[in-house]
Amino acid sequence: MPFSTQLTNATLTWLVLIAGLSVVLYFAREPAHQAILTFTRLLYRALRVAAASLMNGEDVLRQRNREVLLAAGRDAAERMIEREFERIDGAVRRDLGTAPALHRKMNDTFNEVVEDYSQSADVPPNPPGWVEAVDAVARIPSNGDPVVTAILQGVHDTLVEERDKAIKAYREASKERHKRLQGIVPGLRSLLRLLGTLDKNIKNLTRRTEVIDRQIEEYEGILKQEDSAVRQLSSSSLIQFFVSAFVLTIAVGGAAINFHLIARPMSEMVGGNSLIGGVKTADVAALVIILVEISMGLFLMESLRITRLFPVIGALPDVMRQRMIWVTFGILFMLASVEAGLSYMREILLQDELATTALLRGEAGAAFGNDFVWITTAAQMGMGFVLPFALVFVAIPLETFIQSLRTVLGILGMGLLRVGAASLRLLAGAVRHGGMLIEFYDLLIFAPLWFDRQVRAHFGGQRHTNEIRQGEAPTIREMPS
Amino acid sequence: MKPILKSILSAAVLGATALGLSGCAEPTPQGRGIYLLMDTSGTYTQELQKAQQLINAILAKLDPGDSFAVARIDTGSFSEKDIVAKMTFDDRPSQANQQKRRFRETIGKFVREVKPAGHTDITGGLLQAAEYLNEKNPGVKTVLIFSDLKEDLKKGYVRDIPLQLEGFDVVALNVTKLLSDNIDPREYMTRLEDWQRRVEDGGGEWRVLNDFDRLDRILMAAR
Repeated sequence: MPFSTQLTNATLTWLVLIAGLSVVLYFAREPAHQAILTFTRLLYRALRVAAASLMNGEDVLRQRNREVLLAAGRDAAERMIEREFERIDGAVRRDLGTAPALHRKMNDTFNEVVEDYSQSADVPPNPPGWVEAVDAVARIPSNGDPVVTAILQGVHDTLVEERDKAIKAYREASKERHKRLQGIVPGLRSLLRLLGTLDKNIKNLTRRTEVIDRQIEEYEGILKQEDSAVRQLSSSSLIQFFVSAFVLTIAVGGAAINFHLIARPMSEMVGGNSLIGGVKTADVAALVIILVEISMGLFLMESLRITRLFPVIGALPDVMRQRMIWVTFGILFMLASVEAGLSYMREILLQDELATTALLRGEAGAAFGNDFVWITTAAQMGMGFVLPFALVFVAIPLETFIQSLRTVLGILGMGLLRVGAASLRLLAGAVRHGGMLIEFYDLLIFAPLWFDRQVRAHFGGQRHTNEIRQGEAPTIREMPS
Repeated sequence: MKPILKSILSAAVLGATALGLSGCAEPTPQGRGIYLLMDTSGTYTQELQKAQQLINAILAKLDPGDSFAVARIDTGSFSEKDIVAKMTFDDRPSQANQQKRRFRETIGKFVREVKPAGHTDITGGLLQAAEYLNEKNPGVKTVLIFSDLKEDLKKGYVRDIPLQLEGFDVVALNVTKLLSDNIDPREYMTRLEDWQRRVEDGGGEWRVLNDFDRLDRILMAAR
């Protein structure tokens, strides 16, 4: 059979099938419309119920997030207040612990000042009482009598001598008073200095109490579960999340460098050809060392009570905790030393390989004669030793990351639930009346519908003519919608 | 404290066990196996300096765990005695480097002292190569034939046997043209086609390589 004939037959078959289907669909039009309407109503309700469930879930999640956030905030605030109280305790011990001594010192200084002042107020000694009698005798006129004149001259001299003595004594007394008054000045300065110290200490304490007041205020807000406190905590949690993620990324970079430092020489220890789960054993061993270092770092930070990822460690007795600090530090030190050794070995292997390659290429001696190899060797060894200790501090951003991750995931979950609910509502609105589906159904059977309209129009027109002929009023028959 | 110490000790023991296990792990067939056949017949011995350079270049590219053997093609090549040097490089890079140096010295000595063979038994060499590599069972099997591919069997030697080269990559290197090839190039073409047919019929993959720079790429791709 020719191809064109086959094609025509197939086309005809399809056309007949489509036509038959259209006719069937046309006759099933009314119940189909009903079914579509029922289905869309059901779908609408189901979608609305699903949207409501999602919104309900979002509410639950929001409430849960709020509780978690408040609990975390309460914990953090308690830690901060506790720490601030420890600081204020230290300040009080340091600054106000010396207050009695300060008071005694001030008292002593004050007494010295008072003593000096009272001593400076002493009146200089008066001339003796007989001076006046002698003075009266000295004023008696001599009337030219040489004996009397000599006596009077003697009295006068005695008087002058006594006056000079009195002046000298007075001057000495005044000098002593001035000296005493001068002695008061350092005492006053010392008092001023002591008062300044006291003022500084008091101001320091006042500042710290203000910080505590502020923190207590925030803490009260958290305890009262105020919305502003939740917003603040949420915002701070997001900031912490991104900052800690950034720091962790840097730490991952450090760990990767560390890995490359020790993976190559590891092949000298565990072989460079064997595999564990498709990964080189040397790589696995290097990774294990780095992970053990990070774990030790976590334990060390926990034992130092810098992080609180493992409450069990934090709750240990101090003696045990200190032992743990030394144990973890010892292991870390050992691993750091191992890494430094491996880094040294890496350089040796590299040089050996370069020498072999040069020999095989007929460039013997080309790889040698580099006087600066020790610099790279020392740098690698230094990095190998320092990086494990640097990785210890990963514990801090890790703790922050884990704590803030809960909030971030909660916010993301809430967002997703909200978007899901909104989408379901939109979909429900779209299928609510089922108009689109009905129109699509009618589109499938456009040919029988057109024919139906034509027939109805024809018969309707004929009947209209008959009715006019018979004198009846025309009626409009309702077409099925 | 006790539980904590216990956990730390457990972690240390686990880590040590992992390291120990890694040391005892059974190596899977993943290295490369390379078998180089060197034609030592007639005037082709003049090309052996080139072959030595090629061997050194291959040695530089090989990794710990790889296997490498160099054998001569002479009158009867299907023999272990024709293997000049063979080595599976140690897992430890430092040992592998030392092995490479020793291998280089052996080849150097061979090239200095080699005497031209009277006949050329390439098929026997290929059979020996297949046997050696199948025994080593590496991840990638490559046979390099450094020859003009002109087989010249001694009377009585039977070599019209099918080759079993499934999973083998056979590369003909430095296929020089003979005087007769210059007179009738069809002879050269036919020779190459015959070898390609024999290798491909045996399930192997055939390549001709006269530019050694491309060999680097082949070795790198075979990692």
